Amino acid sequence: MCTLEKRGDLFLLTLTGDGEHRFHPDTIATILSLLEQAKSQSKRGSILITTANGKFFSNGFDLAWAQTAGSITGAANRLHQMVESFKPVVVALLDLPMPTIAALNGHAAAAGLMLALSHDYVFMRKDRGVLYMSEVDIGLSMPDYFAALVRAKIGTSAARRELLLSGKKIRGEEAVGLGIVDSAAYDSEEGVVEASVRLGEKLAAKKWSGEVYASIRKSLYPELCGILGLEARVFSTPKL
Amino acid sequence: MCSLEKRGRLFILKLTGDGEHRLNPTLLDSLRSTINQIRPDPSSSQSVLITTSDGKFFSNGYDLALAETNPSLSVLMDSKLRSLVADLISLPMPTIAAVTGHASAAGCILAMSHDYVLMRRDRGFLYMSELDIELKVPAWFMALIRVKIGSPAARRDVMLTAAKVTAEMGVEMGIVDSAYDSAAETVEAAVRLGEEIIQRGGDGHVYGKMRETLLREVLVHTIGEDESGSSVMRNTGSKL
Repeated sequence: MCTLEKRGDLFLLTLTGDGEHRFHPDTIATILSLLEQAKSQSKRGSILITTANGKFFSNGFDLAWAQTAGSITGAANRLHQMVESFKPVVVALLDLPMPTIAALNGHAAAAGLMLALSHDYVFMRKDRGVLYMSEVDIGLSMPDYFAALVRAKIGTSAARRELLLSGKKIRGEEAVGLGIVDSAAYDSEEGVVEASVRLGEKLAAKKWSGEVYASIRKSLYPELCGILGLEARVFSTPKL
Repeated sequence: MCSLEKRGRLFILKLTGDGEHRLNPTLLDSLRSTINQIRPDPSSSQSVLITTSDGKFFSNGYDLALAETNPSLSVLMDSKLRSLVADLISLPMPTIAAVTGHASAAGCILAMSHDYVLMRRDRGFLYMSELDIELKVPAWFMALIRVKIGSPAARRDVMLTAAKVTAEMGVEMGIVDSAYDSAAETVEAAVRLGEEIIQRGGDGHVYGKMRETLLREVLVHTIGEDESGSSVMRNTGSKL
């Protein structure tokens, strides 16, 4: 389902296997526990890179599982459960005491795209993979924290409209133009991961304090933190 | 410390001497009282303020060495800078920062508190150093960053990589309005811009009020909670 590997300073979180890497409550719980593990082992110079195998980064929540509840109310409850249980994943990433990079090997849709956007940097492929907020097409309402995350990370109203309201499948080059991802210059899964590793190593060399980093990160997104109930913690004793 | 020159309708405020122009309580008081001299000047509603500096530094931020000897001075310096920035935001005339040297942390905030930022491209950078030196970033700094830097990626680069932003980078990021080949040219350009603005006409008092409304989020942070405990009366100089 997913693994956490340590490669020198880098923590590599991988959604494994060739499927759609849909978020079922069990997947979400696993991701959360791996993030907690990375946090507990973090030190100056730690970096997190999140990626996946195959055609998909993640296609979002496990809607099929929701539908097997057998009734409309049952399905709605299961969906609600996934929406609620995914919030701590976003919180954990905002709180993580190290720079974070999402290396998109393939498609990222709905909650899968939210996972990507919860990282400090997002790289995607030029040749493959789309970003897609499917909610408008399948008639799902947008959780408030999804919208807050989009507002926090995507600056222009045109870009937010294209992403959330048009049902568009956005490819790498356009995603860069809209300011949704940092770079889409890569022609392969290896390429995008290598670029993430290169950036990771550059950032790791700064040996920043993870606590300071996370505090400044959270202060960049006050609306999102408010909705998630996250408070930026205060620290003192500056290095002179 | 600082000097004030009147050139036609232009006020030129200069941080004098070859030092780092650290924002210690004395310099902050001097800057505030100088700006308060400008306000009641009869021509003030048809003037422009240009702020610049001598030497290698615009300002290297708070006097951290001083704060180390007496931690309550951190609170005092922050409170005084907040008042100074509130004064600049309510000033009944357009303001131009002619950045001819490094501006770091609180010094960068001071530069960015002006309506226009003109900067030399051959030397010097804007640098929100807090991540590198493990210094707390006040919430009101973040409010100014959010209001003055539009792109989420640029804000992230400034705050979460502690980027040393040259004039050219600043222009790309939308932090700097224009870049010039030397210190002298930067000041000349500021004077030209100031004169153009004056030519357009308009009432500085109206301008000041509109700026306060536009930057309300910053003002709320600067005058809302005053940690020093004193309530500061702002003289807006309004004719009403």
